[in-house]
Amino acid sequence: MTGTYRVRRGDVAESRNAVHFTFDGKSYQGLAGDTLASALIANGVHLVGRSFKYHRPRGFVSAGSEEPNALVGVGATQSRYTPNLLATQVEIYDGLVAESQNRWPSLETDAGFLNEYFSAFLPAGFYYKTFMWPRTAWKKLYEPVIRRMAGLGKAPAEPDADRYTQVFAHCDVLIVGAGPAGLAAALEASNSDATVILCDEQAEMGGSLLSDRSASIDGMQAADWARAALDELRKRPNVKLMSRTTAFGWYPHNFVGLNERVTDHLSNPATNQPRERLWQVRAKEVVLAAGAIERPLVFTDNDRPGIMLAGAARTYVNRYGVVPGKQVVVFTACDSAYRAALDLKAAGARIQVIVDLRKSVSGYWVDKARAEGIKVRSDSIVRGTSGWLRVKSAQISNAQGGDAETVACDLILMSGGFTPSVHLFSQSRGKLSYSEELRAYVPGESVERERSVGACKGLFALESVIESGAKGGRDAAAKAGFPPHGERSYAVSAQSVGADAFIGSVMTDHQAEKRAWVDFQNDVTAKDVRLATREGFRSIEHVKRYTTTGMATDQGKLSNMNALGVVSKQIDVAVPKVGLTTFRPPYTPTTFGSFAGQSRGDLFDPVRKTSIHAWAEAQGARFEDVGVWKRAWYFPQVGEDMHAAVARECKATRESVGIFDASTLGKIEIVGKDAAEFMNRMYTNAWTKLEPGRLRYGVMLREDGFIMDDGVVGRMATDRFHVTTTTGGAARVLSMMEDYLQTEWPDLEVWLTSTTEQWSVIALQGPNARKVLEPLVDGIDLSADAMPHMSVREGRICGVPTRLFRVSFTGELGFEVNVPAGYGRAVWEAIFAAGKPYGITPYGTETMHVLRAEKGYIIVGQETDGTVTPDDAGLGWAVGKAKRDFVGKRSLSRPALVREDRKQLVGLLTTDPKVVLEEGAQIVLDPTHPIPVPMIGHITSSYWSATLNRSIALALVRGGRSRMGEELSIPMPDGVIKAKVVDSILFDPKGERLNA
Amino acid sequence: MQKFSALSLLRAGLTGHAGWQRQWRSPEPKSGYDVIIVGGGGHGLATAYYLASRYGVKNVAVLEKGWIGGGNTGRNTTIIRSNYLFDESAGIYEHALKLWEGLSQELNYNVMYSPRGVLMLAHNIHDVQSFKRHVHANRLNGIDNEWLSPEECKEFCPPLNVGGSMRYPILGGALQRRGGTARHDAVAWGYARAADALGVDIIENCEVTGIRRAPTGEVVGVDTTRGSINAKRIGVVAAGNTSTVMNMAGVRLPLESFPLQALVSEPVKPIFPCVVMSNTIHAYISQSDKGEMVIGAGTDVYTSYTQRGGLHIVNHTLDAICELVPAFRRLRMLRNWGGIVDVTPDRSPIVAKTPVSGLYVNCGWGTGGFKATPGSGEVFASTIAKDEPNKINAPFTIERFRDGAVIDEAAAAAVAH
Repeated sequence: MTGTYRVRRGDVAESRNAVHFTFDGKSYQGLAGDTLASALIANGVHLVGRSFKYHRPRGFVSAGSEEPNALVGVGATQSRYTPNLLATQVEIYDGLVAESQNRWPSLETDAGFLNEYFSAFLPAGFYYKTFMWPRTAWKKLYEPVIRRMAGLGKAPAEPDADRYTQVFAHCDVLIVGAGPAGLAAALEASNSDATVILCDEQAEMGGSLLSDRSASIDGMQAADWARAALDELRKRPNVKLMSRTTAFGWYPHNFVGLNERVTDHLSNPATNQPRERLWQVRAKEVVLAAGAIERPLVFTDNDRPGIMLAGAARTYVNRYGVVPGKQVVVFTACDSAYRAALDLKAAGARIQVIVDLRKSVSGYWVDKARAEGIKVRSDSIVRGTSGWLRVKSAQISNAQGGDAETVACDLILMSGGFTPSVHLFSQSRGKLSYSEELRAYVPGESVERERSVGACKGLFALESVIESGAKGGRDAAAKAGFPPHGERSYAVSAQSVGADAFIGSVMTDHQAEKRAWVDFQNDVTAKDVRLATREGFRSIEHVKRYTTTGMATDQGKLSNMNALGVVSKQIDVAVPKVGLTTFRPPYTPTTFGSFAGQSRGDLFDPVRKTSIHAWAEAQGARFEDVGVWKRAWYFPQVGEDMHAAVARECKATRESVGIFDASTLGKIEIVGKDAAEFMNRMYTNAWTKLEPGRLRYGVMLREDGFIMDDGVVGRMATDRFHVTTTTGGAARVLSMMEDYLQTEWPDLEVWLTSTTEQWSVIALQGPNARKVLEPLVDGIDLSADAMPHMSVREGRICGVPTRLFRVSFTGELGFEVNVPAGYGRAVWEAIFAAGKPYGITPYGTETMHVLRAEKGYIIVGQETDGTVTPDDAGLGWAVGKAKRDFVGKRSLSRPALVREDRKQLVGLLTTDPKVVLEEGAQIVLDPTHPIPVPMIGHITSSYWSATLNRSIALALVRGGRSRMGEELSIPMPDGVIKAKVVDSILFDPKGERLNA
Repeated sequence: MQKFSALSLLRAGLTGHAGWQRQWRSPEPKSGYDVIIVGGGGHGLATAYYLASRYGVKNVAVLEKGWIGGGNTGRNTTIIRSNYLFDESAGIYEHALKLWEGLSQELNYNVMYSPRGVLMLAHNIHDVQSFKRHVHANRLNGIDNEWLSPEECKEFCPPLNVGGSMRYPILGGALQRRGGTARHDAVAWGYARAADALGVDIIENCEVTGIRRAPTGEVVGVDTTRGSINAKRIGVVAAGNTSTVMNMAGVRLPLESFPLQALVSEPVKPIFPCVVMSNTIHAYISQSDKGEMVIGAGTDVYTSYTQRGGLHIVNHTLDAICELVPAFRRLRMLRNWGGIVDVTPDRSPIVAKTPVSGLYVNCGWGTGGFKATPGSGEVFASTIAKDEPNKINAPFTIERFRDGAVIDEAAAAAVAH
């Protein structure tokens, strides 16, 4: 036993190890199994936080995940620091470092408390009414001040040192919550062949049973029965038990997100353990056994440290063995608080008085309290409290008013009844219905395959809780297709606490000016809620947004129902008519890292590399990201920058031979009797007459007539095409093809296969390309006559089967060698070796860009931007005018697409040949025009051309083809650049080189 | 209208805030109005306000099926910017931005427009080219937008992971300093209060169930859950439900509706000074005045009217955020929600007359409508009042999809709005 507030825990004989931790720099000792909250309470510490707006001192309200006040920062280092954790959930371990938040300079003396003095001027929504003058002061003055005051904890300053993983799972029955209902459900559901997952947010499963000293089940104390049930479940192979696991979100079709906290409670976690796991579970059937949350009472100054939910106090005493106070006032609207009072009394606390809102009180628990000599005042309220850093007294009067009696205390317990946790049910889009009897919403009609059992269904008597859990478990297993092997019965002995509840504010009409907190963390009082309704905010969504009630980190778990009650009374509209704010995931705040999972750094997106990648890497290539691919960008030699490297690569290719890895191009094999017809419909070009053995440059449009993709296509046989796409477009082209094939033209006999990764593609370009290749090739005549430009042959290269394209994206004599990817590197190296005598030079994408720009070849995504037609890009020749139809054909004749002043692709040569234009620069006719300056186009590509010894550019210019020779202006921030419009083909316009 | 000011707040504070009046009335619908606006979101309320304040049309009702501002106005991530590429888009978004700059004062309601800067990150060479094209075009259109090197990005937004081990490293960014955020709810309420003061009837819980037309075709009124209401002019501004509402008048629009999700973290002390958008890795983020990280991404893949989306979208949004700011990995998601966005084929809006006489439509803002709210309302009001489009919204017709004069920002830059 440590600390003056330690008592024996329940009836369990035990020895718990001492655990040392610090809070705000001070060392404390707790016991194994404590939460930070129970350990601090054991040491008499109740002041743990400050409220959001008024910075009022705050203590523990609850013992669970609904806690609004006790938010702490945990972590000894910034790389493992987590703000805003709930002290009621943090499990202590040796060396734990925790601190309070949102206070300066210290928790006891917080300067932010000045707000409290001005609170009369800071009602709900005050910031909408002021801070408007002068106009720029909001950003410069008011907002920065407000921001500094706002926020709770501090975000960690360093990258997270921990890892997170994700797991996908299927099960027949998922049970959320391992309290009495959930345990019974699990026992029954797993008494079948169904696979069952039982999860619970707490460290120890058992829920309310762990705090129950009075009930017994099957002749055992409640907590012992829970442990026995868990032992039994643990032995069943079809059951998976998951503690510290919160079902945080329901997504369509019984898809439930679980967050499992793996290491946060450990002093020295194994390094191979992730901090958290995100489980994405598809469950055939779900049993919701989420329990209920006790409702605070809204009375004057109900927010002081030492004012706590009655059930929470009971948990601290019975489960953790700490008494939260020694002089206790109880304020209640239901019987359960009596039970809590009796448990505290048994632990040695003095119960000063039980103040009951109800006019007449009776029943087992009331009688028992009276029998034990506890004073009970019915039809009474706590109308005020005193105490600054800890509550000191309660003022008690009749419910209607009258004289108040002051009673000294260090703890006030409150209970307004229980609110069923319908969060997940509501997220599943099940309909809620309002129970007048329970003054709460309960699950109505289900939409998904789930059922609520126990307290989250509005059942509070232990016997019916267990009965409904058992039935729900059997039902779920049966509905999942696994009828249970039998039924068991449960002998429950427990005295009912009834189901009385209160909603709204308990204040008398004379107390309108006093403050009673509805939302503790966000400092929303009943007065604020009433003000909102007076100002016309009557929908509960408006009240929430105007006052911020329910928007704190507990997301209204404690406040929503009371806010509804206050609004209902104020505007005299029944609670269900006022509405209800939407329940949204997550049930409790959930770590970003767990959603991100392993997706970080290189695992963020797959890195695709060609079979030749490692060779390029060894050569010192620089790479660029193109889609998910890494592509060799340029191959700098010692002392070269990109500019020098590219100039050298260009020159070598134009003068002798260059070698380029084109493997990233998308490839699709299109096969079938209707393959040519399919190609006719997908591409603008005509394919019927393309003979096997020939290549054609194809253009593909979207439905709206704009260029989507392009690529060279080889006809391998009458019923077989080898299609290439852009590197980035491969997936979307195949998707579009499949979409059309499956939905529009299912009659066509065509099969599509992605072969992007099956082929390595080695481009060999330059006047000596043929000479390099010829000795390596078997069975293919490479001569110009036998294999002209734009043809394809099948044969072997270096003994490996190849589809050899004669094609050029550089304007030079060129080949693209397709070989099975497994041979790519070997064939590349063989070609490279054979090219040595010719000074063969590897080049990257940048040189490829320059060479093709010199020839006026477009790159989709650079010359095109989704608004460019084939004719705009100078590709009108590629559109089969006589074709009956193709994707985008109808759109091409739309009025805006046939206008003569459309932006057209042209070449641009700067007046000063040394000036390289900036890609993306805008083109104007009159640079002296005042802003806005009418723009007629932009630079799409711009490079230094070593070949031409000057700069070159391609541009889209309004009516560009009719402006040949015209001088245009490119206004830059530091001056206007002049350039002349020329044809887009700047090098070898007759194509003599590529036909060589 | 009661004047809001520091002084009035002070005075009210001394008297227990008893004197505050309703910010807008809750009138019963009249039998008829000159103009009915269908949809009480930001755009609809702004339209009503500008009809009354600038175009002299005061006999106006705004019909809202739920509570005002409850659609995308109350669900978006509140990003404001105008650095669009094409002249047409730049025109309408810059019109809006200029109105944002004085909106709190004009409405006498603090909408908290905060020009904190919107930084759009480039992660590959294509991004760099595209953003520079924007920067040049914006400069000539008189819209601020500047290119920042990776180091300058880091200086402007210190938490960013620049030079780290990102799969797609930050290669620079385009910054619009006048861009920023505003308080979304306040925009709806501010317009509602100001419009109400000018005589506009804002009628909540009033769902339009039919659009009535004369035998000659023109509109004559609407049927609602609160009875029939006459009007010669009807403006439909019902994002997320435009197709269904317009269908009541027999008008089919080229719209698809998708869920768009957003989420917030728990509040933390100020750490993130601006808005950062990264379209290549799909995420955007800013920090609210309250301290929450406000985060969004692209739409879900499938069309839907349910205001929620898939968990995998959240996963991909947050993995991108954690890459951009690895220190945020330990922050926690507090709330995640969805709205429904209406998307046109070119992802630009339709603000136009329709084939039905007296029926006007303002829709198709996709994922980027909030930033346009004041401008959209102003030009739509002008269009309704004058029965012809304003110069600014003239390009945003329905007919452009027939004629091909599309305004395709997204295709042009792979940029989400």
